Amino acid sequence: MEDISSSISDFKRWLEERKEPLADTARALTDRIAVIDKKIKAFACLDSKNVIKRAQNLDKAGRRGLLRGVPIAIKNNICIKGELTTCASHVLEGFRPPYNATVIEKLEKEKALIIGGANMDEFAFGSSCETSYYGPTHNPWDTGRIPGGSSGGSAAAVAAGEVVAALGSDTGGSIRQPASMCGVVGLKPTYGRVSRYGLIAFASSLDQIGPITRNVSDCASILEVISGYDEKDSTSVNRSVPRYTESLNKDIKGLTIGIPSEYFPPGIDAGVKSRIDGAIDVFKKLGARTTRISLPHTKYAVSCYYIIAPAEASSNLARYDGVHYGYRSGKAVSLIEMYIATRNEGFGEEAKRRILLGTYSLSSGYYEEYYLKAQKVRTKISDDFREAFKSCDCILTPTSPTTAFKIGERTDDPLKMYLSDIFTIPANLAGLPAVSIPCGMGENDLPVGLQLMASPFNEETLIKAAHAFERATDHHKMFSGQKKSG
Amino acid sequence: MEHADKKTAITEDLVRYVARLARLSLKEEDLVKFRGQLSQILEYIAQLGEVDTEGTLPTTHVLTSMKNVFREDEPAEPLPTEEALSNAPARKDGFFKVPKIIEDA
Repeated sequence: MEDISSSISDFKRWLEERKEPLADTARALTDRIAVIDKKIKAFACLDSKNVIKRAQNLDKAGRRGLLRGVPIAIKNNICIKGELTTCASHVLEGFRPPYNATVIEKLEKEKALIIGGANMDEFAFGSSCETSYYGPTHNPWDTGRIPGGSSGGSAAAVAAGEVVAALGSDTGGSIRQPASMCGVVGLKPTYGRVSRYGLIAFASSLDQIGPITRNVSDCASILEVISGYDEKDSTSVNRSVPRYTESLNKDIKGLTIGIPSEYFPPGIDAGVKSRIDGAIDVFKKLGARTTRISLPHTKYAVSCYYIIAPAEASSNLARYDGVHYGYRSGKAVSLIEMYIATRNEGFGEEAKRRILLGTYSLSSGYYEEYYLKAQKVRTKISDDFREAFKSCDCILTPTSPTTAFKIGERTDDPLKMYLSDIFTIPANLAGLPAVSIPCGMGENDLPVGLQLMASPFNEETLIKAAHAFERATDHHKMFSGQKKSG
Repeated sequence: MEHADKKTAITEDLVRYVARLARLSLKEEDLVKFRGQLSQILEYIAQLGEVDTEGTLPTTHVLTSMKNVFREDEPAEPLPTEEALSNAPARKDGFFKVPKIIEDA
């Protein structure tokens, strides 16, 4: 199938040539998605009629808008007014939000064509998209493998060319890890850069919405549109939004890149290691300086995260009780029985595991030992980064220790699954911006991603460095649709 | 850490108790499975005890520059009742309907 979505500008050219109302294009696009998605299953609940209806509204709204007609997939935990938004959970069955998330308002202001319903791990609990109530999404590079998670549907939809871009959410790597495994670009902004209003909460102190795209330039464009202070999110930061696209096409001579030894443990996948080493050489050739740094508390990040994230999640998920929205069990006679039956039947296994873990660590007698301790270790992890950024402008690491694993490979071993996010979690704990970009193919012809992290609100450094790398390489031109097998 | 002895004490009774706090009730086979998995996860997490956090303040917000956010308490247009109830599994006369709360005397 023709690759019409390799970039926003290519798509716009294609759109221009069609000389037709956007409603007709939307029909063609949803038909195309339906064909590709038979294999990929990137969408959990796509409503083509709604997409066409939105395109009709765009047709009436004039021709201006940075993203006019550009199809953007939305992870199913971001509220779209009137659209089925379930977080891929049975407990939110039938939920149609009465309002739009702020990011949706911002995209619509630029006339993007919103395509809701991208699949995800249930409530974003997972690294493989396998905990979705709707079943797993398949990696476009090898449909026997996972696309990563939790924003696996968003990343797969972009990688398979179903849409030009997508929004995901990232709590411990949920944008960057699937981007890495699907061979696309995924950026988690600084905590507070993008409004979380209308993002169904998982762990409120870690969650951020961000773009998933085929290249760095599109990433910058979308980040520019969705960023900014929002009075509806008291944790969003009132700080002007730079023109991120102005950081493109910049020279990186003299840029100092820190390489932390803790992110290259002995057991690291050989294919990943060699791609990352190759990428470091590219940066050196471009005139960047590299320096060895140490982030000594890295090995505690996963432990710290699996106290804080489930604790916040158990509290955020208390609201799913069958009263206000979503699923209600029909079995119960009393109110308390209704709560329990609804939650038992509504939540999947991983959600229950995290609710139990979080409830335990917050419960009386354990709070200080677990939650408070984890928040102190979190401070130590942030301090490591603050110290490191005194001697470098950004930090380069692998995004994930491995390439995409097989569907079913890790579902029986939660701890092993949790360790998939070992390199991405620290940026969430410290609130830092971080991006994953493709850096070639590893073992089994599967994409490898490299991660760049910067100090808070230094997204510009990430875009500058990532774009310089992209211009010097061909990795972003890899397209799963041109792969013969799979 | 002074509570080091607690870390292995994940019993099925404890899982049952925590489930009750979280308004879940688990089948016997799930109790056994979750007990094993939670023990394994908590055993891993116990490594946090190695970190010397004497004198370290817990993170309350990742951006140290953030201050509490206040705004004027001005009345605004609320979500209309009809829309607020539009997702309710059961409703009656403009209210959410739930099973009977007060026991018969």
